[in-house]
Amino acid sequence: MGNIVLEKVNKCFGDVEVIPSVDLDIKDGEFVVFVGPSGCGKSTLLRLIAGLEDLTDGKIVIDGVDVSDSTPAKRELAMVFQSYALYPHMTVRKNIAFPLKMAGMPQDEIDKKVMAAAESLNLTDYLERTPGLLSGGQRQRVAIGRAIVRSPSAFLFDEPLSNLDAALRVNMRIEITDLHKELKTTMIYVTHDQVEAMTMADRIVVLQAGNVEQFGSPLDLYNKPVNRFVAGFIGSPKMNFVKGKDADEFNAHEIGFRPEHMKVSTTKGRWKGVVSVAEHLGADTFLHVKTKEVGTIVTRSDGEINVNYGDTVYVSPNTDKIYRFGADGLAL
Amino acid sequence: MATAHTKTLSRIMNLPSIILLFIWMIVPLGMTIYYSFQRYNLLTPSRRGFNGWFNYEFFITDPAFFEAIGNTLLLVTGVLAITVIGGILLGILLNQAIIGRSIVRILFISPFFIMPTVSALIWKNMLMNPIYGIFAHIAEFFGANPVDFFAVIPLLSIIIIVAWQWLPFATLILLTAMQSLDQEQQEAADMDGASTLAKFYYITLPHLARAITVVILIETIFLLSIFAEILVTTNGGPGTASTNLTYMVYNRALLQYDIGGASAGGIIAVILANIVAIFLIRAVGKNLEA
Repeated sequence: MGNIVLEKVNKCFGDVEVIPSVDLDIKDGEFVVFVGPSGCGKSTLLRLIAGLEDLTDGKIVIDGVDVSDSTPAKRELAMVFQSYALYPHMTVRKNIAFPLKMAGMPQDEIDKKVMAAAESLNLTDYLERTPGLLSGGQRQRVAIGRAIVRSPSAFLFDEPLSNLDAALRVNMRIEITDLHKELKTTMIYVTHDQVEAMTMADRIVVLQAGNVEQFGSPLDLYNKPVNRFVAGFIGSPKMNFVKGKDADEFNAHEIGFRPEHMKVSTTKGRWKGVVSVAEHLGADTFLHVKTKEVGTIVTRSDGEINVNYGDTVYVSPNTDKIYRFGADGLAL
Repeated sequence: MATAHTKTLSRIMNLPSIILLFIWMIVPLGMTIYYSFQRYNLLTPSRRGFNGWFNYEFFITDPAFFEAIGNTLLLVTGVLAITVIGGILLGILLNQAIIGRSIVRILFISPFFIMPTVSALIWKNMLMNPIYGIFAHIAEFFGANPVDFFAVIPLLSIIIIVAWQWLPFATLILLTAMQSLDQEQQEAADMDGASTLAKFYYITLPHLARAITVVILIETIFLLSIFAEILVTTNGGPGTASTNLTYMVYNRALLQYDIGGASAGGIIAVILANIVAIFLIRAVGKNLEA
């Protein structure tokens, strides 16, 4: 079981209020991703759940038990740290066995569990090595192994992939998703990378300045962002925003449209502009078009388009896919 | 820039200082070895001549010799034990967030800056004196008999004095090592359910291994040649109860004017130091690798 409920959770460091008040209900078996710009309090929130920071106010309930004042060990959660936090002088075997040893489990049972974890993570050949001799991806696996042997009620990941190179990151992303499908344990995953968030999560929590902006499935966030911040944060490249008479036309203070929902033409269209940057990625082409009326507009079109720096183009939004926002930033 | 040319050049440029250092070492060593085979007593300087192994025989068969070696080793191990264990405990204390931590740390390091003769005299006259020392007053306050430290437990008293001087050094090195302990590792251990003691044993202590090695090696070098503290407190006595090898060599050279015998003692001390060094490097040196 791993049902985690946060009630009016508040955290201050001295006079600085990092998390004003957060309410969350994370269901058993769910893969929840905390995402937000750096400094938004997502790591702090995770550490509060882990018990590594004390709550200033509010309540954390795991499986119906109030754990607000419990030590980290008592909460029966496992955490994978950004730096992996492996014990450098212990072998991989001892690292994975450490939480079991601390729990006072008999040695033969420990050996069995460590072997099982090592097999599922392809670590059997490295059991007698120390972490210093492992690559980044292997260290990451050891950290995950140390987390899974305890069969915790939930896993907490604190930006676990940010120290890996791009190719390995994609692999580990899939491995962690597979692991979740296999174990069906609640996972809370902190990242600033929205690709990780969109691909892995059942539900995403978008945080800004310690506030939950939106909590929903990845496509909900993409299709129905509740406010301008979420709309701008989810999606890459970022959504374009336009104010003024173009927005008035749609009865809104501001309108937004995604780069992928733009038409680019060399002959006619809504706004005329000059290409200031053309990023040809092969499958896609991102154009940054400098217009007189609405500033720089980013568009995404397929890779075949033959437009280069300095060309004059016309861009027009797909009017069916326009997001409208009021003066307070909320979606209309 | 490690081309053959720069290597040769750097060797040539290094040569003068290496030669100077070599002369600095080999001339005194050669002279000591030379004198150790000479009959040369300042009271009868005219009776000089080759003496064979007599000086060594005479030094080793001195009943005080093995006691002096024992005292030397006791002094080294005793001070090492106190400073390493005490240094770890004090390091943990000073690593806590307390008000005025930096001032406390400076106060704490200060014994290390006091010269050995001064601190030994302070201990001798103000603390351990059986009549007006503070320890005597404390003992009398509780109705106990004051201890005459340097008469009853001379070697232990010297160990205490030297440990007091070296404790700050050990604490400083170990404290620095503790500060470099990764915070996330400790948090991981917290999550893994490790108690405070388990965390100390499995995380902190292995992390300190290298620092402890450094403390042991450096202190051993200096502790093998402790002299001033003995000279100003017990003069090696009572009898030879607190005489170490260094003091014995001094005694032979400057109290008995036996240059040949003292040189033989010096060479024996050099050999002993090398034996200790070999054992130490074997035992703890592997911690310094990687």
